[in-house]
Amino acid sequence: MFVVVVGAGKVGLNVARSLALLGHEFILIEQRRTRYDLLLEEMEEGLLFGDGTEMWVLEEAGIERADLVVAVTGDDEDNVIIAQLAKHVYGVPKVVGRINNPANRRTFDLLDVDATVSAASMVISMIEHELPHHQFVPLLSLRRENVELVEIEINEESPAAHLTVSDLRLPEGVLLATILRGDAAIVARGSESLLPGDQVLCLLPPGREKELIRALLPGRRPEDVQAEAGRDLLGP
Amino acid sequence: MYVIIAGCGRVGAGMARRLSEEGHDVVIIDEDPASFRLLGERFGGQRVVGAAIDWDVLIEAGIEGADAFAAATDGDNTNLVCALIATRAFEVPCSVARVYDPLRAAAFAGLGVRTVCPTEDARTLMLDEVRTCPAGRGE
Repeated sequence: MFVVVVGAGKVGLNVARSLALLGHEFILIEQRRTRYDLLLEEMEEGLLFGDGTEMWVLEEAGIERADLVVAVTGDDEDNVIIAQLAKHVYGVPKVVGRINNPANRRTFDLLDVDATVSAASMVISMIEHELPHHQFVPLLSLRRENVELVEIEINEESPAAHLTVSDLRLPEGVLLATILRGDAAIVARGSESLLPGDQVLCLLPPGREKELIRALLPGRRPEDVQAEAGRDLLGP
Repeated sequence: MYVIIAGCGRVGAGMARRLSEEGHDVVIIDEDPASFRLLGERFGGQRVVGAAIDWDVLIEAGIEGADAFAAATDGDNTNLVCALIATRAFEVPCSVARVYDPLRAAAFAGLGVRTVCPTEDARTLMLDEVRTCPAGRGE
């Protein structure tokens, strides 16, 4: 699969990392020079500088052959326009858009964006850094494809703490993709150890959240953990 | 005619003043209340503070009964999105967006959005001006 990701903020970058891990081809478009330069040190390829709402930039990225476009900039207008161009001008089969302001959800629905990722989850993920009891954050839901991306914080009580990724017992179908530690994101290779305070990004089929929470945070009732994060973040 | 204009810059404010003077019902939307100074004191229309892509702001401006909608904020994408909302969600019979980028203006025109592209217009007019200049000065 070839994926064009527009916007290399936290969401866009982690989507790109997950895609890399899953062996998909992608290109990540970023228009902020300082952010682009910073990411250039990490990513040797798959990064393009430019305004992803400009059609020539999208064409340079190869949007005409994209199977999926992920529009996750910080501007809802931009994400909507990218989605419209992708679907109706370039014939991209699927488009995911990020909603920064929940009030704009109606616009994304009106204009037929296939899946949406809510900024509210980003806010909660920021709050999570301050409030240790926010341990589970749903970040992205691709309903038709049956994949969800969630973030879980590992604490001292978690049996996963101090284990390596390959020693973890994760539920069937769950992929631990990335470990967020401090300001760094680490690809979750088998030899990598989890530490208390790490946030892990996991891909999983819908409905497996409770099993995953039980596996990584056994001292807590999954219902309570999910209620804290806000069930509605995964969409209807 | 009931007209809603998004963006109170030189274009939006100028349109609002003219339409209001012509006797039309005009509502102008802008995020920045200070921008309404461009309307002058005699402007008889309504001013709404808010983002024009916010459905609640559009409803407050009376979009459900509007005959026409013009989007002239400083953002091409904002203008396109609010014109799409006006047409598809509120069935405004006539809506037009200012889009500086000629490529996007043409692409969305192809998708049924009425667009005005000042860049394209300026390009054409400037070319016409230059072409009327007599040649041969250096000969």
